[in-house]
Amino acid sequence: MRTKRLLTAVGLLGLSALLTSGAAFAASGDGSEGGGGNGKGDRRADAGTSFRTATAIEQGQKGTADASTGDYLYWSFPADSGQRPTVKATVKLPESASGASGAKWRIDVYDGLRRRQPCMYGMQARPAAAGPVELACTLRTVRAWSDPWAADPLPGTYYVRLTATGLRTADLGQPVTAEVEATSKDIGGSAAVDGTLGAPLVPGTERSPAEPEDGWSSGWWTSRWIWTGAGGILAALAGVGGYTLTRGRRAVSSP
Amino acid sequence: MITRKRFAAGLCALFAALSMGLAPTVAYAADEPDDSATAEGGAKPKVELVLDVSGSMRARDIDGKSRMAAAKQAFNEVLDATPEDVELGIRTLGANYRGDDRRTGCKDTEQLYPVGPLDRGDAKTAVATLSPTGFTPIGPALLKAADDLKGGEGSRRIVLISDGEDTCQPLDPCEVAREIAAKGINLTIDTLGLVPNTKMRAQLSCIAEATGGTYTSVRHTDELTDRVGQLVDRAADPVVNPVAVKGADRCSAAPELKPGLYTDRAGFGEHRWYRVDVAPGKELRASVSVGADRAVNNDYGVLLRAVTEHDREIVRGSEAGDGRTDVISTGLRYPKPERDDDDAADSADSADSADSADNKETVCLQVSHSYSPAAGAAAKGKPGLPVELTVDVVDAPDGPSDVAAFGLGRGWWLLGALVLTGFVGGVLWGWLARWRVAVWRTN
Repeated sequence: MRTKRLLTAVGLLGLSALLTSGAAFAASGDGSEGGGGNGKGDRRADAGTSFRTATAIEQGQKGTADASTGDYLYWSFPADSGQRPTVKATVKLPESASGASGAKWRIDVYDGLRRRQPCMYGMQARPAAAGPVELACTLRTVRAWSDPWAADPLPGTYYVRLTATGLRTADLGQPVTAEVEATSKDIGGSAAVDGTLGAPLVPGTERSPAEPEDGWSSGWWTSRWIWTGAGGILAALAGVGGYTLTRGRRAVSSP
Repeated sequence: MITRKRFAAGLCALFAALSMGLAPTVAYAADEPDDSATAEGGAKPKVELVLDVSGSMRARDIDGKSRMAAAKQAFNEVLDATPEDVELGIRTLGANYRGDDRRTGCKDTEQLYPVGPLDRGDAKTAVATLSPTGFTPIGPALLKAADDLKGGEGSRRIVLISDGEDTCQPLDPCEVAREIAAKGINLTIDTLGLVPNTKMRAQLSCIAEATGGTYTSVRHTDELTDRVGQLVDRAADPVVNPVAVKGADRCSAAPELKPGLYTDRAGFGEHRWYRVDVAPGKELRASVSVGADRAVNNDYGVLLRAVTEHDREIVRGSEAGDGRTDVISTGLRYPKPERDDDDAADSADSADSADSADNKETVCLQVSHSYSPAAGAAAKGKPGLPVELTVDVVDAPDGPSDVAAFGLGRGWWLLGALVLTGFVGGVLWGWLARWRVAVWRTN
């Protein structure tokens, strides 16, 4: 009987440890997400106009643009393995620019190798309207490794391009303001694949490459360690349980 | 019982250690980016403001003032706010010739203030003397402005402020801009149209597009001031400028590229080849952007292939698109595996060691694009479309030995399976022990 109680206690303890560590992990993820904006708030986040001049922003930091319709606006942000980035953009047009112009605003996201990354969901393109145009794009989860033949998102720089398509000549050059923000959801162990890149996909030619606030993850930590470890312990406990069961029956039957 | 308790306590401790000790840690072993690139001394960015001083600048339609007054006010404010490290110059067009002769009028462009370290007082005085006069020779002014910006390694920018389309045909300023951009001198032309009409918008945005610049329509003085100031600031932003390179039409004649940023031109239907040496255990990363610097049809694509010297394709990157765009880009990675020890031994046996030490593989990169010139577009073939190529060689990745990280498991099914296995194992072990005891007793 005492054994049983002990086993229950151990089981509960193990489970609670698992839960608390999980919660702590999630909390640390949240922290790094929110901290980006405040720490570097005064840094210029005005959009660049090409891949080369893209303005680096942190996740959670707002990128801004004071531009003209027809401009191609570029920002870049870092994303690490296990994250699922979402890029949101808001475009404010002047009153005169709206109407039946046929123009569509759209965001495109490219990885560090300038490969276009598809959006899993989110309104990637919307017609120009009088009110603010809200755009969003959620990428696939960033993996630690993938085949060279695959275009899976990998840790590194991501470029956001915001522009209008389908513009008439008369629409060109009107003043617009835009805001862009990249955040990400921590997907965690379910997306943890084996293998790591030799270096994150950051263009080697960039002056100030985007980097997460606390550096790139080394790639060896995953919640799978906890799951597997806990599984091993539970298996051991179940083994002990099974063993006692057979011994226990004997102990009952022997007297 | 005591043993069992200790065992359980030990397990507990082990678990605690596991869950606490394995905190997420950081630090990629990647090399720090070298800061030396930022410190380039002699590469000051150069900006030239090109101002239209043609007769039409007299029109009083910007905030109730004349266009000229608005431009002067904007210039004064921009000159005050120009960053220290920017070399700024001012050129005018149509400022001097008062006659009616088109041929003479179309040569009328003058450097008002030379490109160099800025003396704000002098520059402002020079601007104050301007009065609207002549023709609008945009093309010749751009050519001269490009000359003014010669020399140095920094980025170059022309800011063209105009209120009318070019009055000096047949020299198309749009083609002039493309020619200037094709010289590979990292020059961008931004254009601002004062109270523009459709034709002027088309022309000025064409000039901007040809060089990767921007076009803005201006109706108010503060818009003009803000935009010119922004463009001058943008010129001061540090960027890495690409190196001009000329790709060949086949791999054997292709130029060899080291890691870096390159620019080239590829005409319609042309292929460009480059070579990169990749050592074993390194990964080649290349990306390419082909710009649409003229009117092109709405469907287009780009293809970047990594090919061995013997014409075997290793990996490719491709992308297609439709609609209005500035560039179309793609990229590829090619991790070259470490050589097997067996191979190394073989080559050491057979050949000289110098060869085995330097067994880099030459990878040929082929760039092609499928832009096609829009019907009726003025510029068809020459110069080719701008190609921007980045080449990087980094350490190769650690390939996976399993789908999941380290082959670890996750999820309730895993826990269930482990618990079940453990339990069955325990029961079996118990039975085995009982059986052994029974056998021992009978003996």
